[in-house]
Amino acid sequence: MTNILTVQNIAKTYNMRDGIVYALNDVSFAIKKGDFVSITGPSGSGKTTLLLALSGLIRPTSGQIIFEGKHLENASDKELAGFRKKHVGFVMQNFSLIPYMTAIQNVMVPLSLNGHVSAEQQVLSSAVLELVGLENRKNHFPRELSAGQQQRVAIARALVNKPSIIFADEPTGNLDPALSTEIMEFLQKINKELNITIMMVTHSPQAANYGNVKIMLEDGKLNN
Amino acid sequence: MNLLKLVWLELGQRKTQLISGILAITLGIGVIVAIRSISVVSEKAVAINLDNLGANIMVLPQGASVDNYYAADIDAPTFPEEYVERIVTSELKGVDNLSPKLTRRIDINGQKLVLTGILPKNELASKPIWQNSGLFGAELNAACGPSPSNESLGYKDEKLQRKSIDSLGISDCLIGSNAASRLKVKEGDKITVAGTELKIGKVLGETGTIDDDRIFAHLHTVQSILEIKDQVSAIEIMGCCNAISDGLLGKLRNILPDTKITTIGQIVSTQIKTNKLMNQISLIILIIIVFVGGISIGNYMWANVNERKREIGILRMIGYPKSSIYYILMLKAAIMGLIGGIIGYMAGVLIAWFLGPYIAGINIAPIPILLLWSVIISVFISLVGSVLPAWFAARFEPYSNMQEV
Repeated sequence: MTNILTVQNIAKTYNMRDGIVYALNDVSFAIKKGDFVSITGPSGSGKTTLLLALSGLIRPTSGQIIFEGKHLENASDKELAGFRKKHVGFVMQNFSLIPYMTAIQNVMVPLSLNGHVSAEQQVLSSAVLELVGLENRKNHFPRELSAGQQQRVAIARALVNKPSIIFADEPTGNLDPALSTEIMEFLQKINKELNITIMMVTHSPQAANYGNVKIMLEDGKLNN
Repeated sequence: MNLLKLVWLELGQRKTQLISGILAITLGIGVIVAIRSISVVSEKAVAINLDNLGANIMVLPQGASVDNYYAADIDAPTFPEEYVERIVTSELKGVDNLSPKLTRRIDINGQKLVLTGILPKNELASKPIWQNSGLFGAELNAACGPSPSNESLGYKDEKLQRKSIDSLGISDCLIGSNAASRLKVKEGDKITVAGTELKIGKVLGETGTIDDDRIFAHLHTVQSILEIKDQVSAIEIMGCCNAISDGLLGKLRNILPDTKITTIGQIVSTQIKTNKLMNQISLIILIIIVFVGGISIGNYMWANVNERKREIGILRMIGYPKSSIYYILMLKAAIMGLIGGIIGYMAGVLIAWFLGPYIAGINIAPIPILLLWSVIISVFISLVGSVLPAWFAARFEPYSNMQEV
C-alpha cells in the first residue's frame, strides 16, 4: 500500500530566552493510506506540534513533509489553506464548533469553502449528521448538545468533505469513559469503512490502543 | 452557508456589541442629517422671503443715491430703456426677471405722491407681494435656490404674465393703499395726472414701503406724461442669490458700465453668511464623526476580533485563507456602516422634524438624497476604522483555537 504521508527529519524549534528549544527533533516516519495512527507521549513531548506540522497548520523549521507526493514544508499560506480545505478533517479536544451556528450550519461551513451551493450543503450535511446519529439534533446549537454530541458534530464536519486524512487532537479529552469509547469506536468505524487515514494525539492508553500504528514521542524525538 | 450568512449570523449573535459599535457613527450621522435638513429648508425659506420682498438688484444711473433701496429711483437721472434689451440679450444666468421703471414725484390735488411707470409683465414677477393682494390671484415660487441644483422655479402659470399686461391698460393705473386713502379714491374711479386721465384698476394692499404712496401706470404712459421718451430711471432685477454670490453684479456692470448696480446687500449677505456657517458646522461635524466614528468602529472591531480569536482560528483551520478572513471582517464593517447610516439618517430626520420649528421656525421635510450620503459616509468610516483590525485578524494562526503548543 502507498504512503499517504511521509515525514523526513523534521524539526521544529523555538527561540526562547535561555536558548533554542526543540519541540520536534529529527522525526521521520511514513504512514500508509488507511492507517489509524495514535501519537502518544508525556506532556511537552511534541505531540501536538507534530500534529500541527503534519496538518499544515505550522511549518517545520527543517525537514520534509510529503503528502500524496506533494511537499508541504515550503508551501505558501494559501496552498496550505487549500490543502486543509481539500484533504483534511479536524477533530479537536475542545470540539471547535462555532457557537452561534446550529449543528447543520457548522457542518455546512467546509462545504461552502469547496463551492457547494446551499441546497447541496443541506443535503450533504444532513446525510453526514445522520451518519453520526444526530439527524434529530441538526438544528440545535452547540450549547444545546451534550459533550459527546458536540464531538460527533465535529466528526461530521471533519467527514463532510470526504477528506483523505483526519487529524484528531485528544478527541476524548473532554469526555467521560463511556462517551470516549463511543467516539473511539466511531472513529475506528470511519477508518475501516471509509478508508480514511486517522492520526490521533492522545494521552489515553485505551484510546491509543485503537491505532494500528503507534508513535511515541519524548522530548521531541521518536521513542519507538 | 456563505460568507454573507456567516457575517449575518455573527452580527445576530452579538446585538448589544453591534449597537454600541455603531452608536457613535449613528449619532454623528443623525446630527449631521438634522443640521443639513434644517439648513437646506431654512435656505429655501429665506429665498422665498427674499423673493417676497420684490426685486433684489437695482440698476440705477450713476448719479442716483442709494441711501434708501426702495426710494432710490425717485427723481433719479435717467438712462435709455434700451438697457433692458442689453441685459436680456446677454443671457446672464441668475436673472429671473426685469422691471424697467420711470419714477417722479408728482402733486395730485395737493397730495405729494410718487408716479411710477412700469412694464406690468415684469413688475408682476418682481413684486410677488402683490400676488397676495388678490390682484392677480396667484403666488410665485421662490426664484432663489440655496444651491446650484435648485434652479429658478419660475412661474407656475405662464399665463399670469399675459394676464398682468392685459389687466393694466395704457390708461389704467394701480394705486398704493396710502395714496388711495389720501386721494379718497377706490377701484374704478378716475384720477388725473398732469392732464392725463387714468382709471384705477386696483388699490394695492399695504406693504409698509414707499410703494404704498405710489401710483403705478404703464411705463410708456408715464414717459408720455413726464415727457421723458424712451428713458427709465431704474431697472429692478430679480436675481438668484447664488448667482449674486457668484458675481452676477460684476457681470451686470460689464454690460452696463455707466450705471450704478446695488442689491439688498444685507439680506443677501446675511443669507450667504448663514449658509456658509451651516455648511461649516456640517463640515466640522463630518470631520468629528470621521474620527470619533472611525475610532469607535475600530475599537469595537479590535475587541470583536480578539473575542473571536478562537472562532477565526477554526475557520482558518478548516481552510479559510487569510483573504477570506479579511473579507469577512470588512463585509461585517460595511454592514455595520449601512445599518449605522440608515438609522442615523432616520434619527436625523426625526431630530430635524422635532427641532426645526423651534430652531428655524419652519417645518422640516425629509431630504431623500441625504440617505444616500449618510450611507456612503457611514460605510466609508466603518471600513476605514476596520482596516487594521481586519488585517490583524487575517494574520491569526490557524491553530489559535487549539490548546497551547
